[in-house]
Amino acid sequence: MIYPILEVCGLVNRFGSQVVHDGLDMEVREDEVFGIVGGSGTGKSVLLRSVLGLQRPQAGTIRIEGHDITQLSGGALRAVKARYGVTFQQGALYSSLDVLQNVQLPMLEYMQDLSPSARDELAMLKIRLVGLPADAARKYPAELSGGMVKRAALARALALDPRLLFLDEPTSGLDPIGAAEFDELMLYLQKQLRLTVVMITHDLDSIFRTCNRVGVIVDRRMETDTLDRIVEHPHPWIQAYFHGDRASIHLKVAHGA
Amino acid sequence: MVVEVIRTEGGLALQLTGEWRALAYRQIDTALAAVDLSGAHRIEIATDRLAALDLTGAWRLREFVRHARAAGAEVAFAGTPPDQLRLVDDTLRPIEAEAEGTAPGAVKGLREELTELPAEAEVATLTFIGRRAVTLWRDMIGALAFLGRLSATALGALPHPRGLRPTSIARHVYDTGITAIPIVALIAFLISVIIAYMSAQQLRGFGAEIFVVDLVTIGVLRELGVLLTAIIVAGRSGSAYAAEIGSMKLNEEVDALQATGVDPFEALVLPRVLGLVISLPLLTVVADLIGLVGGAVLCAYLLHMPLDQYVTRVSQAISATTFWVGIIKAPVFAVLIAMAGTHRGMQVRGSSRELGRLTTVAVVQAIFLVILADALFAVLFMEIGV
Repeated sequence: MIYPILEVCGLVNRFGSQVVHDGLDMEVREDEVFGIVGGSGTGKSVLLRSVLGLQRPQAGTIRIEGHDITQLSGGALRAVKARYGVTFQQGALYSSLDVLQNVQLPMLEYMQDLSPSARDELAMLKIRLVGLPADAARKYPAELSGGMVKRAALARALALDPRLLFLDEPTSGLDPIGAAEFDELMLYLQKQLRLTVVMITHDLDSIFRTCNRVGVIVDRRMETDTLDRIVEHPHPWIQAYFHGDRASIHLKVAHGA
Repeated sequence: MVVEVIRTEGGLALQLTGEWRALAYRQIDTALAAVDLSGAHRIEIATDRLAALDLTGAWRLREFVRHARAAGAEVAFAGTPPDQLRLVDDTLRPIEAEAEGTAPGAVKGLREELTELPAEAEVATLTFIGRRAVTLWRDMIGALAFLGRLSATALGALPHPRGLRPTSIARHVYDTGITAIPIVALIAFLISVIIAYMSAQQLRGFGAEIFVVDLVTIGVLRELGVLLTAIIVAGRSGSAYAAEIGSMKLNEEVDALQATGVDPFEALVLPRVLGLVISLPLLTVVADLIGLVGGAVLCAYLLHMPLDQYVTRVSQAISATTFWVGIIKAPVFAVLIAMAGTHRGMQVRGSSRELGRLTTVAVVQAIFLVILADALFAVLFMEIGV
């Protein structure tokens, strides 16, 4: 059954007189990779923060696996938060903990009965899964390269085996090869672990490689469609975005021209 | 129930049910641990009724299978083993295979790999002392080098007054001086109240209450005005300097400055030091003034001494040097505080934990240096007889 694992209805976010979202709707289905695109300042991060429950919207509902997180607080909200994993743009690894401890932190919070040795092995499993070498486990975030930070952040996001994964600009700051590798890794894990991935990105290569459907934030709302069809959308910003010089190569490939 | 156990001829049939997810780990773990393996030669695991199996669940199942095999049982799956199990296997087998080569029967291969990773070395007491001594020595050399570089930068900037960045200095005078006036004034007032009260109590026995004025005046002007002001400023601004510069280091702002061709000593360190050198003496004047006012209020209230008598007594008590002996120390304290703050700030690298540690070090060191310098000044002033 395909039901929306994440559903946002009529979201309104306002800061003072500045309206960021005005009746935004978004629906993410199970097992898909959903890309969120938008110009700078259109509220991609605000949308993510709302969906993660870090910030309460002025109006609207946000349902994660059926739970409306705008109505939840305390323990109930915490329980929902255990069901998704997030990676932040800069990685947001805890700088005073090494990679292994970073991955174990969610386990310590939510799986208290795990024995220390089981915790070590499960964390190592996640670290290996994202393609990090074993000796990275004892390294501190400051000692990692940009690509390794992104992978370590992904390992931490997968610590509790969530079904829903949010990625904020996962390939920003990586070279094209590193970015392509990260895309492949993400797709591999998405298939293997049957993840639903919601990804904010600017990287056109990434969008064309990984996304099934794309939501574009324009005029404080979201236009959602499959990748093939969204590129035909008449809105000028979407046209400019998908038909600029940087995108044309992908369109030719996609349409077999 | 997540596991249903059926005893068959010489073996077990396990039917896995429900959601095998990380958040249900406790249930899975207890259920598998409770399976009695004794006398079981053949174990068949059926997974067709599983609602969900994630990596954590698969890993626990794999541990169970290994445990059963190690106990001599033959383990098979009804139908194909679940994909998740294969994924865990593919991820972990390379490590375990390596461990197998070195240690036979390495069921805990991963564990060994983890413990082989360099952990915190055990440090014997002697090494510890030696290491601390070397660190301390290097710290002192580092501080001297910092002072030298600061002086060189200051001297280099002198011919071009714009190189001293007057705007930046003004900002630091405001931050460390003007905004500190209320707290410095309050503390100076309270200190003079304490001295006046204490000495009044003692001197009353001799009928020498008039000397309360001497004690308050000389105590505040020579020592306490400047010392307490310096300690407050060390806590307020020493920490601010270290934290500001430290977070700029973490954010690569210092590197950006250097890459632009701007010397961070000239742009960040020198204005802070000069700003404090200007503001601390001014704050000391405020503290002295409020201290004397506090003395006057207390004398009027406690000893019923009229204001004109207090003023006369104050001018008799102080000599020409009393005020200057106090105020001359302020710029020295200022340099020590600003140096401790900026030096530690510049040492921050890597993590936010370092930032916290070095900010603490900066404040502790600043206060220590101020008190040490004050003691040296006391000896010096006694030798030269002022």
